[in-house]
Amino acid sequence: MATNIDMINAVPIPPIGEASTGRLGGMSDRAIAWLFITPTIVLLLAINIFPLLWTIYMSFTNFKANMGWVKYRSVGVDNYVDILTDTDIWTAMQTTAHFVFWSILFEVLLGFGLALLINRKFRGHSLWTTVILLPMMLSPAVVGNFWTFLFQPQIGLFNYIVGWVGGVDPGSFQMIGDVKLAPWTIVLVDTWMWTPYVMLICLAGLRSIPDSIYEAAEVDRASAWRRFWSITLPMVMPFLMLAVLFRGIENFKMFDMVNLLTNGGPGSLTETVSITLKRAAFEKWQTGWSSALAIILFLTVFGAANIYVKVLNKVKQR
Amino acid sequence: MSAAGPSQGANSTPLGGSAAAKPRARGEYATAQATAHSVVEASARSKWISGTIVAAYALLTITPLLWIFLTSFKTPTDSIAYPPKVISEPSFEGYCNLFTIRSRQAPEYMATLPPATTYCDKIARERDVVIAGPSKTPGRLMNSLIIGFGSTFLAVFLGTLAAYAFSRFNVRLKDDLMFFILSTRFMPPIAVAIPVYLMYRQVGMTDTHLGMILLYTAVNVSLAVWLLKGFIDEIPREYEEAALVDGYTRLQAFVRTVLPQAATGIAATAVFCLIFAWNEYAFAVLLTSGVAQTMPPFIPFIIGEGGQDWPAVAAGTTLFIIPIVCFTVLLRKHLLRGITFGAVRK
Repeated sequence: MATNIDMINAVPIPPIGEASTGRLGGMSDRAIAWLFITPTIVLLLAINIFPLLWTIYMSFTNFKANMGWVKYRSVGVDNYVDILTDTDIWTAMQTTAHFVFWSILFEVLLGFGLALLINRKFRGHSLWTTVILLPMMLSPAVVGNFWTFLFQPQIGLFNYIVGWVGGVDPGSFQMIGDVKLAPWTIVLVDTWMWTPYVMLICLAGLRSIPDSIYEAAEVDRASAWRRFWSITLPMVMPFLMLAVLFRGIENFKMFDMVNLLTNGGPGSLTETVSITLKRAAFEKWQTGWSSALAIILFLTVFGAANIYVKVLNKVKQR
Repeated sequence: MSAAGPSQGANSTPLGGSAAAKPRARGEYATAQATAHSVVEASARSKWISGTIVAAYALLTITPLLWIFLTSFKTPTDSIAYPPKVISEPSFEGYCNLFTIRSRQAPEYMATLPPATTYCDKIARERDVVIAGPSKTPGRLMNSLIIGFGSTFLAVFLGTLAAYAFSRFNVRLKDDLMFFILSTRFMPPIAVAIPVYLMYRQVGMTDTHLGMILLYTAVNVSLAVWLLKGFIDEIPREYEEAALVDGYTRLQAFVRTVLPQAATGIAATAVFCLIFAWNEYAFAVLLTSGVAQTMPPFIPFIIGEGGQDWPAVAAGTTLFIIPIVCFTVLLRKHLLRGITFGAVRK
């Protein structure tokens, strides 16, 4: 390979040692490092940080984006006080918490279970794994949209199958329109979509456990139950944490799937915080108020992301 | 797991060490060592049971997708039949309706028309409508492609440069910068969309391809930097050092030794970025309305006469999903890296 390059590159060769301090094209390592990193940082500053600062500024005003000509004024921390004392926001937070908690619980149980089974390396396991992985690669919006078709009362495939298995009339219940069922509908679709995510990460955790540990446990006559609790679970735990944190963050700010599946309905029963934010910002045009809500959301997510990166680095060392 | 540390022997023939840089799946030799009785290797019976359960779950989980696929080949009547029809007369009406707009005409006018020539024409005539022209679908697909490829190219380009710098040089505040880059990915899209909407309105970039490309690049560049740093970390430094000794400048060494070595990683990263841009909905629905609208906000609004035209929606969904299925199969070895920002490599 190196000799190939020699033939292509027939220019005079500078003395060794000066190669990294020459003229243009031979900039110092330091200059190259900054030249390479700066464009990314500039882009992120322009598209993420500048808007973020603008949001912070607006969150202290009563600006309305659809009435830009109206003079807006500073309202101090009124928006924040308003949000934190708003019962609707706390309802939305509870809805979000319900969604995050149950979807992650089901995803962990199913995902970890599947990972344990797949780790037994039966014949054809990689084919089935690929099939199982498909839902998580799809667009959440498109997923939310086509599940509304499956949830149609009477004609929907989901209602039909549930009706057939459970012996009830498939037209007798509505997954999306029903007050009791709607919060579980978003949990169900999220679980369908993201179980593979938890499964894949758990599988990596299981595969990172050296066989020798199990063999040593066997010598010590540890039962299968004991092996699971003392070896498998603790060793997979950091990976599981990684998956749970990431899903927690993603589901906390979930917008696209819920927006298309239930659009927050019926009423505002499945209105997660992101949907509240969208309604306030782009339907009621309370830009100042929604900026404050956006900042609150961002701070929450940022805190969680901090923990996530710590776990990420911990797993990386394995 | 992947020990890509410096190996002393690499000098003028650096390719010899490339096998060592490749992480090896743990299972490979675990199976080779399997004995009749082992805690590591599952028994035939337990394998059979696991296989059956996993296969059953896989079939269950794939059913909604197969159903959408089947629905795209049904007539509107069959698509909403009760009980649901698994097998129906195959029809391409959904695809015809996806790509055309139709209008209802008076029977007198219909009689004056020349006989229908194309398949779609014939179906339309049976339903007493005429095809009035192409629908918005091709344009929306094109937007998805332009914005997807544009932002992917930019994100991978910027990401490769930054990842190389982070991987090879002692950058000041490296960890903080890396965290900063990743943290931008966690911002709630709606929270970002509010100021970006105002900003784009100021500079006239709402509903433009450029605006969406820049936005998606900003989201994807964080993934690209983290993923590519992982890939570049795995390339032994000896390659470049050998090239530097041979008289190349840093830039030449980067272009001629690192880039070819990182090609697989760059390709995998590009596919991840492309899938994100292809799938993205929140920004698209809030910041575009026509000119630069992509498929995800468009698909739910494929509406026929008298309500949702499910075969057409299913047809759109099928066309939209097929590339992702192909990419998933191609990517399956790198999926784990992609979803953990390069931290878990198997």
